[in-house]
Amino acid sequence: MRPTPANLLRVLVPIKRCVDYAVKIRVNPSQTGIDTNVKHSMNPFDEIAVEEALRLRERHKDLIKSIKVLTIGPPKSQETLRTALAMGADEAIHVETPADAPHGEPLGIAKAIAAVIAREKDGVDIVIMGKQAIDGDEGQTGQMVAGLMGWGQATFASSVTVNEGGTLNVNTEIDGGAEEVKVRMPAVITTDLRLNTPRYASLPNIMKAKKKPLTKVTPEELGVDLKPILETIKVTEPPKRVGGGKVENVDELVAKLKEAGIV
Amino acid sequence: MLRARNIVAVPARFRSYATARSPHSLVLIEHRDGVIQSGTLSALTAATQLGGPVTGLVVGAPGKIETILENAKRLKGLTALLHSSSPQYENPLAETVSPLLKSIIEAGSSPYTHIISSHSATARAILPRLAATLDVPAVSDVTSVEHSTSDGTTTYIRPIYAGNALATVRAPSDLKVNIFTVRGTAFSKAAADESGDAVEVKAVDPVEVPDSPTTHVNTSLQKSDRPDLGVATRVVSGGRALKNKETFDATLEPLADVLGAAVGASRAAVDDGYADNSLQVGQTGKVVAPELYIAIGISGAIQHLAGMKDSKFIVAINKDPEAPIHQVADAGLVADLFTAVPELVEKLKKA
Repeated sequence: MRPTPANLLRVLVPIKRCVDYAVKIRVNPSQTGIDTNVKHSMNPFDEIAVEEALRLRERHKDLIKSIKVLTIGPPKSQETLRTALAMGADEAIHVETPADAPHGEPLGIAKAIAAVIAREKDGVDIVIMGKQAIDGDEGQTGQMVAGLMGWGQATFASSVTVNEGGTLNVNTEIDGGAEEVKVRMPAVITTDLRLNTPRYASLPNIMKAKKKPLTKVTPEELGVDLKPILETIKVTEPPKRVGGGKVENVDELVAKLKEAGIV
Repeated sequence: MLRARNIVAVPARFRSYATARSPHSLVLIEHRDGVIQSGTLSALTAATQLGGPVTGLVVGAPGKIETILENAKRLKGLTALLHSSSPQYENPLAETVSPLLKSIIEAGSSPYTHIISSHSATARAILPRLAATLDVPAVSDVTSVEHSTSDGTTTYIRPIYAGNALATVRAPSDLKVNIFTVRGTAFSKAAADESGDAVEVKAVDPVEVPDSPTTHVNTSLQKSDRPDLGVATRVVSGGRALKNKETFDATLEPLADVLGAAVGASRAAVDDGYADNSLQVGQTGKVVAPELYIAIGISGAIQHLAGMKDSKFIVAINKDPEAPIHQVADAGLVADLFTAVPELVEKLKKA
């Protein structure tokens, strides 16, 4: 059924440019969002997704035909694509949105990803993406892509094995343990933190990445509307926590725990 | 590429109604080994806060849901109970459960306006998939929910940027259905001691998914007497100052034992191999909000604080008086953890 021979897999890795995880974010005074004039980098879970795609190719030399990375975002998202190319991805696709456009919702983003998959004339066999972006913390997009495509999904993956005959065995993190599922390709996998440790791009690879192909496409060309359905009324600071001060010794600590009714 | 067709053939998102519908919630009752998951009890409380009737849905294998149904009937706030059983629901997978939910929502006389579950790993896999097939957005991990009967909109508060900001979002009244997951620590747990006589119980035919793309292979649960980190009421967490895995275990476990607490770790401790990845508390690990959080040898980097700052009572044991963790701690002890922690264990045993 698939246009690709069973032994040649095409991997698509959707990635997102997020505020760097080490930045202490600040809510803007108008309470419409956060101050985004700060350092950005690739969503950490997406780095793991890129790494896993590369490792699949290293493990199965002849099995992975291509690794494409995709981002949907403002012009600056191109830096994130170049980072993924420098890590070792082959090609990049940028669905470019205006710099001042609001953050896309997972549903709109998932539709854009599905539309990109539909345009890939050789098809896509595996979509690997982060389990959530560390800005919106929604954790929905992968499942939505799988739902839109009618594909199998394996969420919060901690290990991925490619089998003969077009299936994957994926260990997934569930509450209180692990679950192993077998997924028929094409499939969507979302990455948990423990799947791997992403590599750093070396300087020569960063230089090489500048020459790798990057295709631009607009949401209009894909026929998707990224306008959010949910209205963000405001963004506020969480209540400030006031430290209760220090205790002198263990006895005082135990007394304080008793006072709080904990022990 | 035949499958790509259903992107185009999405159902219409908007229906028009003469008046705003009154809310009717459908709560996914999650269970494992014959026990209702505690997160479901919080989801039920969130559902009752919308106003209107609350229907529960129990999905499982034949012969395995009877106890769950009996227990679910007694949950406070539940007005009706649906159940559906099939061998394919033995291990609930998004590919098999979301079509059932979709058919319930799309049934001609479906009264359901909100689909709710806890923010568990299972529900997080199922609900977004369902939302996409219904062409509606989903709202994750809400800490507050309110429905306006006058204009039919539902307003949610949810943490973003790992809890460093709170977003208030509003779902329009013409949304086909609202789908959201609930942060367990933000809602009290519904009581489970009602008589249950008034609850109407009704079977729903399963939606068989022939040739599901995904099959379950096996489940391995951690065999630990300790509570699960995500739902524990007490957490004892260690950082890089624990030096190595042996001292990490030897220092933290007696304290966790005496408190009946779960063990957590900072990213530094996980990266250095002192603790398993699944124990990581923080922005890229688990977000916890227990009654008591004891941070031992953790400096309190913002990434770690993001995962635990909503804890009700925070204790820090750190020899550096300038460590940022002391700024959020309700009780900060500046001491060497290798002497302070064993002393604390002894004194708690006597307390």
